[in-house]
Amino acid sequence: MKLKVNQQDKNFEGDAQMPLMWYLRDELGLTGTKFGCGSGLCGACTVHIDGKAVRSCVTVMKDVSGHAVTTIEGLSADGNHPVQKAWRAANVPQCGYCQCGQIMNAAGLLNENKNPSDDEILAAMQGNICRCGCYQRIFSAVKSAAQEA
Amino acid sequence: MKTRNQALIENVSRRNMLKGIVGTGGLVIAAQIVPSSLLAAEYKTGAGGMPGGTVWDPHIFVSLGTDGTVTIVTHRSEMGTGSRTSLPMVVADEMEADWSRVKIVQAEGNEQKYGNQDTDGSRSIRHFIQPMRTCGAATRYMLEHAAAVVWGVSSLECEAENHQVIHKPTGRKLGYGELAETASKLKTPSLRDVTLKDPSEFRYIGKGKVQITDLHDITTGHAMYAQDIHVPGSKFAVVARPPVLGGTVKTYDEAAAMKVKGVIKVVKINATPMPAKFAPLGGVAVIADNTWAAIKGREALKVTWNDGPNANYDSDTYKAKMQAQGKKPGKVERNEGDVDKALAGAAKVIEREYYIPHGVHVPMEPPAATVQIKNGKAEVWACVQSPGGTRGDVASTLGMKEDDVKVNVTLLGGGFGRKSKCDFALEAALLSKAMGGAPVKVVWTREDDIHHSFYHSVSLQHVTAGLDKDGKVIAWRHRSVSPSLMSNFMPDPKRESSLELGLGLIDTPFNVPNLRLETGEAVAQTRIGWFRSVNNIPHAFAMQSMVAELAQELGKDPKDFLLEMIGPARIVDPRKTVTSELWNYGDPWETYPIDTARLRRVVERAAKEAGWGEALPKGRGRGIAVQRSFLTYVATVVEVAVDDEGNVTVPRVDTAIDAGFIVNPERVASQVEGAAVMGLSLAKLNQITFKNGRVQQNNFHDYPVLRIGQGAMNVHTHIIENSIDVPSSGVGEPGVPPFAPAFINAVAAATGKRIRNLPLGEQLKA
Repeated sequence: MKLKVNQQDKNFEGDAQMPLMWYLRDELGLTGTKFGCGSGLCGACTVHIDGKAVRSCVTVMKDVSGHAVTTIEGLSADGNHPVQKAWRAANVPQCGYCQCGQIMNAAGLLNENKNPSDDEILAAMQGNICRCGCYQRIFSAVKSAAQEA
Repeated sequence: MKTRNQALIENVSRRNMLKGIVGTGGLVIAAQIVPSSLLAAEYKTGAGGMPGGTVWDPHIFVSLGTDGTVTIVTHRSEMGTGSRTSLPMVVADEMEADWSRVKIVQAEGNEQKYGNQDTDGSRSIRHFIQPMRTCGAATRYMLEHAAAVVWGVSSLECEAENHQVIHKPTGRKLGYGELAETASKLKTPSLRDVTLKDPSEFRYIGKGKVQITDLHDITTGHAMYAQDIHVPGSKFAVVARPPVLGGTVKTYDEAAAMKVKGVIKVVKINATPMPAKFAPLGGVAVIADNTWAAIKGREALKVTWNDGPNANYDSDTYKAKMQAQGKKPGKVERNEGDVDKALAGAAKVIEREYYIPHGVHVPMEPPAATVQIKNGKAEVWACVQSPGGTRGDVASTLGMKEDDVKVNVTLLGGGFGRKSKCDFALEAALLSKAMGGAPVKVVWTREDDIHHSFYHSVSLQHVTAGLDKDGKVIAWRHRSVSPSLMSNFMPDPKRESSLELGLGLIDTPFNVPNLRLETGEAVAQTRIGWFRSVNNIPHAFAMQSMVAELAQELGKDPKDFLLEMIGPARIVDPRKTVTSELWNYGDPWETYPIDTARLRRVVERAAKEAGWGEALPKGRGRGIAVQRSFLTYVATVVEVAVDDEGNVTVPRVDTAIDAGFIVNPERVASQVEGAAVMGLSLAKLNQITFKNGRVQQNNFHDYPVLRIGQGAMNVHTHIIENSIDVPSSGVGEPGVPPFAPAFINAVAAATGKRIRNLPLGEQLKA
């Protein structure tokens, strides 16, 4: 099965039912895609497939055949995607573990909606849990990224 | 017993180096461990009583590169509080280093070398601001002396300033890189030669301008947590553990598991009977070529269990037992005046019962560890709050010497107390051994984390207050019933230990003439652990709820009445009226007494900032609560909005915090904001229940935690400013305890409904 990961061609021969997250983490070493719940409940594993934010822990390999996957490592060449910059400007992270998923989810939102309302931001981000409780900064970072993007 | 308690305290309240980099001209001399009493310090802390004590020697913590790079070791684990940045920042400031040229290196677990590394109890700044200042100042001294040697002048004429030393009379300058080799050959100065900076000269300390060192890595996916570690040749393991505490494997059949592609081996792990400290729960491990195969293999595995006596653990019947305990006299833990007589003569007696269920930490990174054993030495990579303790526990698990165990500390994707317990690293050690020493990474799934934690203790608080005819509180009888975390370390004491009692019960500052605090019996039937702020949560919930209930009864303003209960500004000293001991978080009373002036100040500040007393629209209400915990004073005002269907949101939170001198106000605010979210989670949503000895929750669908937009999005942090002479305390935990009672008090103000059983859940919808 062929797919693209961060613009590179990949060939996958293993268990077609394996979640994309484990392929990225264990086989490609792209550990910015985090394991949080394994059930699509926390958003820590969020990646983009063809530009749309999806939960890689509940997306199996057979469903990504022929598609383009972008992980946090491939979101921007220099780490300066507007969402990443906004995250740093707002000092969002505490432990940091969920933040790659948060950033990928926010970037996915902005791909689809350049100017989201407050309610649209909250609705889009509600699937991403932050146990440290960085939510008010996440919200303000998404808002300022939207303004800059 | 003393030793045991000491170890426990260390555990309860629990976050490399130089050798690798000093090739570039670092300071390399043998370690010199100095008791904390010999710091260039202004005040004493309890740091010296912790394993490893404190170390401030620049030869241990600071390395100078000839290119001018300054490398500073950080020895506490980073789980989100920012101490990995803040402590090196203290060193950098004192040594006049330019922060942009500082590199931070994480220490391996080695408390003899670095001092205590048990990262909990909100202690990192509290115990290490002074050693790290001393370390930085000593480094500055060495750099100035190195310049003096190079120039052949008196060191008194040399002054370090922003990464260079200036010869004052001539204006000559030498950069830190140019001084690296000479400085590294100098001996550590004696303490009397070390001069701390005047705080007016601080560049970074107290400014809140330095961002966390991992910020770029975190936002680009390069920050490494234990779940991300991949040692070449690693095998991956998940473990099927007994569903009931104390259970063992009855039978297992590995055939189906071994058929899963990628599964290599199935290994039984023996259980250790309680008290087991952090020993693995036992069970059957499936080891595979990748995590997914291991998970599939475990699904295919057939295991039957002997459940043992805890199979009868049932949260409903247990609650009824706790309630019965609360109704009868318990063991007296602190006694002042004559409560029985005062209650008998009271004009009015009010009796209330408060309940908080078990909770679980669910850090976003579930526990994980990798261990490799090679040539008689074990190497560990783990997200542990206590790398020093982990080192010892891995050594004894493998029958090795501590010197033969190396513990590499990754970033922790949240900790909250869960990662103080290194059971997952011990599993990895046993499995690596079973694989002939090959690196084995043990991955806990979210279900594993929820099913097999060390749970925040279930707690019932039974409070009886007596009022005289003038509405004065003349009696307070408080019975606390809660299984003890000491059950991990010794035969179950069946009631809270002095350590747990000191978390907001027997240290209550209330100004009531007849006061009796008691404990009732409660047997631990699961592993009890410490959860961010620990027993302060139930104790504060009961006391601060009861105060608001009494205010309502008396028709008084809850904030004014809270101040009345605290009483006038004074030092409250319960040490003579407690039955066992007042541990005061392991720190000296003289440095950190219970000061009601500070308690009153945070109450007044939070109230003022929140607009306390100003009218609110219908359906809104404010609540207030205060708690001194971890030697820090925190008051919170929560504003709630309740709609006609009983949905509650939290439009605004104001928290005032007095944590002594503040090193990094920006990170203090982030901790306070996070504590509000965690506090609202536990007040509104969190509940672990047991049935047939088994945890009934599984993942975030049935153990929900707060999500974005569900409240506490507008948290205002008000830091009480203190000079450097006011001893720093901690900020990781103290934001949590006042939140739940302030929230519930606000709900009562908005709706007239008093919630005494957490979580709130759907109670307003009934």
